[in-house]
Amino acid sequence: MSPAPIAPRGGRFEPRIAHRQRVGRVFHGLCLGAVVFGMLSLVVLIVDVSADGLQVLSLDFLTNYASRIPDRAGIRAAILGSLWVMSLVAVIAFPLGVGAAVYLEEYAPKNRLTRLLQTNIANLAGVPSIVYGILGLAVFVRFFALGRSVLAGALTLALLILPVVIIAAQEAVRAVPGSLREASYGLGATRWQTIRHHVLPVAMPGILTGTILALSRAIGETAPLIMIGALTFIAFDPASPLDAFTVLPIQIYNWVSLPRQEFQLLAAGGIVVLLAALLLMNATAILLRNKYRNEL
Amino acid sequence: MTTPTADTALEARGLSVHYGDTAAVRDISLTIPKNRIVAFIGPSGCGKSTLLRCFNRMNDLIPAARVSGEVLFRGQNLYAERVDPVEVRRQIGMVFQKPNPFPKSIFENVAFGLRINGFKDDLAERVEQSLRAAALWDEVKDRLDDNALGLSGGQQQRLCIARALAVEPEILLMDEPASALDPMATSRIEDLIGDLKRHYTIIIVTHNMQQAARVSDQTAFLYIGELIEYSDTERMFTNPEHERTEAYITGRFG
Repeated sequence: MSPAPIAPRGGRFEPRIAHRQRVGRVFHGLCLGAVVFGMLSLVVLIVDVSADGLQVLSLDFLTNYASRIPDRAGIRAAILGSLWVMSLVAVIAFPLGVGAAVYLEEYAPKNRLTRLLQTNIANLAGVPSIVYGILGLAVFVRFFALGRSVLAGALTLALLILPVVIIAAQEAVRAVPGSLREASYGLGATRWQTIRHHVLPVAMPGILTGTILALSRAIGETAPLIMIGALTFIAFDPASPLDAFTVLPIQIYNWVSLPRQEFQLLAAGGIVVLLAALLLMNATAILLRNKYRNEL
Repeated sequence: MTTPTADTALEARGLSVHYGDTAAVRDISLTIPKNRIVAFIGPSGCGKSTLLRCFNRMNDLIPAARVSGEVLFRGQNLYAERVDPVEVRRQIGMVFQKPNPFPKSIFENVAFGLRINGFKDDLAERVEQSLRAAALWDEVKDRLDDNALGLSGGQQQRLCIARALAVEPEILLMDEPASALDPMATSRIEDLIGDLKRHYTIIIVTHNMQQAARVSDQTAFLYIGELIEYSDTERMFTNPEHERTEAYITGRFG
C-alpha cells in the first residue's frame, strides 16, 4: 500500500477575472481593427479607381489601340499582350515548377545539397523583380537574341514566379499523407506510378491554387518588362511569341506618366480591367480547387 | 525453437535493422511456415513492425533505415543486389495499421494494383473475387463507384485487404490491422484472417495478446529488438519457455 497522496492546499490566488476578460476584449478589438483597416483601404482604392475608370470603360476602350488622342485610345494591344504573356508564363512555369517540386519532395536525397537548393529557392522568391528584368534582358533578349518579344517577356516572368510555384507545389506534395504512398508501394507500384496516380492527384488542388496566385502576381508585374523593353507603342495585335508587345500594367504606367487629365482617366480604366482580370483568375483558382476536391 | 516444416514461406537469417546508430531489430533468425498465421507480439518499440516491414522491403522507403542480414523467399535473398523491391511487394502484400484506402472509388481501389501490374483478364470479375475474398462484396456491390472514404473503418480495412489480395500475393503482412477498429469490426477482420489461411501465409503484428492467441498458429515474442521466443501459439501461451515471455503474456509489463 502506498501512502495517500497529499492534496494541494493553501496558497493565495488573485484571479482578477474582470481584468483578464478586459484584456481579451481589447485583443479582440485590435484584431477586428486590423481586418477593417485592410478591407477599408481596399474599398477606398476600388471606389476611387472605379469613379474615374468607369467613365472611360466602353467597348471602344477595350478594342482600340493606344493613341495620342485620348478619345480614341484603348487597351486592345495591352489586353492581347497580357493574354499572350500570361498563357506562355503558365505553360512554362507550371511544368517546371511541379517538376522541380516533385523532384525535391519525392526523389532528392535528404542531404546538404538538397537543403542548399531549398534555401536558395526560398531566397529567389524574395529577389526584387527588377533583378529578373536585368537577367531577362541579358539572357533572353540579348544572348538568345529573342529581342523584345512576347517570349522573352514570358520567360522572364516565368523565372520570376518559378520559386513561388515550386514552394507552393512542394507544400501541396508534402501534404499528401505518407500512408497513401505506402499503400501504393505496398501493391508493387513504382515511384512514378505512385506519383502519377496518388501523389499528384491529391496535391493538384494545392498546386493549382499556388500556381494561379503566382500568375496573378505576374500579371501585375511592370518593372521586369520595362527592363526588357516592353515599354513601346504597339498598335497591332501580337500574332506570334516573337512579336513585340505591351501589357496592361505597362500601358497603365505609360498613361499615368502623361500630364493630361484625360490620360489619368484612361489609366484608371486600365486599372479596373486589370483588377477584373485578377479577380477572374483568383475565382478560377477557387473553382478549380473545389472541382478537384469534390472529385476526390 | 520452431518446428521445421517442409514448406517454408519465408526465412530470416541474421536480420538486423538500424535507424542511424540505434538498432531496432538485432540479429533475428526465424522461419515462417507456409499457409500458417504467425503473430509477432511484444511491447511498443520492440521492433515487431520494423521486422515485418523487412519482409517486403518497405523499410527501403525510410531513408535512415539500414537492413543487414538475409530474408529468403523462394530460395532467393530479398536483399540481394539484383532484386527489385517493386517485384517483391507484389508477391508479399501488406495491410497497414490505419486503413489507408485511396481517395478513389471502391472499384478503383481494388483495380489499381491490377492495372499497374498489367492485369490482362477481366478486371471487373477479379475485383469482385477480391472483394468476396475479403468478405466485403455483399456490403459494397451496389455502390462500387462510391468513394472508398465513405466506408466505415472496418469496411475500409477489409477493402485494403481486398486490394492486397487482388494482385495474388503469396504472403500477406498485417501491421496491427485491427488496432484502429472497434470490437465488432475487429472480430470480422479476425474471422477473415482465419479464412485466408487456406490460400495465404499471413504474418500479423499485434499488441493485443488475446488476438495473437485467437488467430495465430505460431507466435514470436520480441523484446528490445531481439527475438526472445518463437513457438506454437498454444505452447507459448500455456507454457512459455522464457521468464520474460511469461511476464509479458501474463500482463506484468508491456
